[in-house]
Amino acid sequence: MSGISTLANDYMQVAPERDIARDLAWRAAWVAPAFVVIGVIGWGVAGAASVAIALMLVVANFLIGAAIITRAVRISLNALYGAVLFGYLIRLGVLAAIAVVLKGSGDWFVAVPFAVTLLVTHLGLLVWETRHISVSLAFPGLAPEPVQQVTPEENHAK
Amino acid sequence: MLNVLAQTAAGEMVEGLKAIGAGLGYGLAAIGPGIGIGTVVGNAISAMARQPESAGMARTTMFLGIAFTEALALIGFVVFILLLP
Repeated sequence: MSGISTLANDYMQVAPERDIARDLAWRAAWVAPAFVVIGVIGWGVAGAASVAIALMLVVANFLIGAAIITRAVRISLNALYGAVLFGYLIRLGVLAAIAVVLKGSGDWFVAVPFAVTLLVTHLGLLVWETRHISVSLAFPGLAPEPVQQVTPEENHAK
Repeated sequence: MLNVLAQTAAGEMVEGLKAIGAGLGYGLAAIGPGIGIGTVVGNAISAMARQPESAGMARTTMFLGIAFTEALALIGFVVFILLLP
């Protein structure tokens, strides 16, 4: 953009996807203990380790995806298209490589809790996040915190 | 070639075919979401180019759309990792 500030460029400076990805990571941290406990109960320590790795991969996937969009959109819209599609390809490839390495690494990895956690947390976190998204011109990302209504009496008491 | 195949233990053959099937399945499962993500991003770019002031909205919707579409590829990934010997 060579330092030229235009109205369109200013609109591109917001990064709602980054905020959403961070919020998703925060929510994943909240649900992580429950999933790890389920992993321990079902498959022992190996299950817990597998579940933890799956959760980390889901969060990393969201954060990297958002970072790619945030970076690329500042370059150009064409760059955004290319970056998102190649980013998708590379992320899937990396995920497959990690899976192959983990599967061959020994007895401490269990595929079933890993796979189930990956799918359930990815979809579950997204569905949960959609409840906290505000797609409006004023708030084009996360919904703002609701303002607490203060009655005149409460205001007077303060 | 046939001699080599005949000498290979049946178990190894099955494992190898499983690995090939898992890889093929994952690759095929990634095609649909790839097309879907292309559509999502293309339309979002169109919206941002037409109305730059709504870029934030378009990007929010685009990010969620990409993530939901990616879930389809993750289903393929799950099958891949479960089939992988």
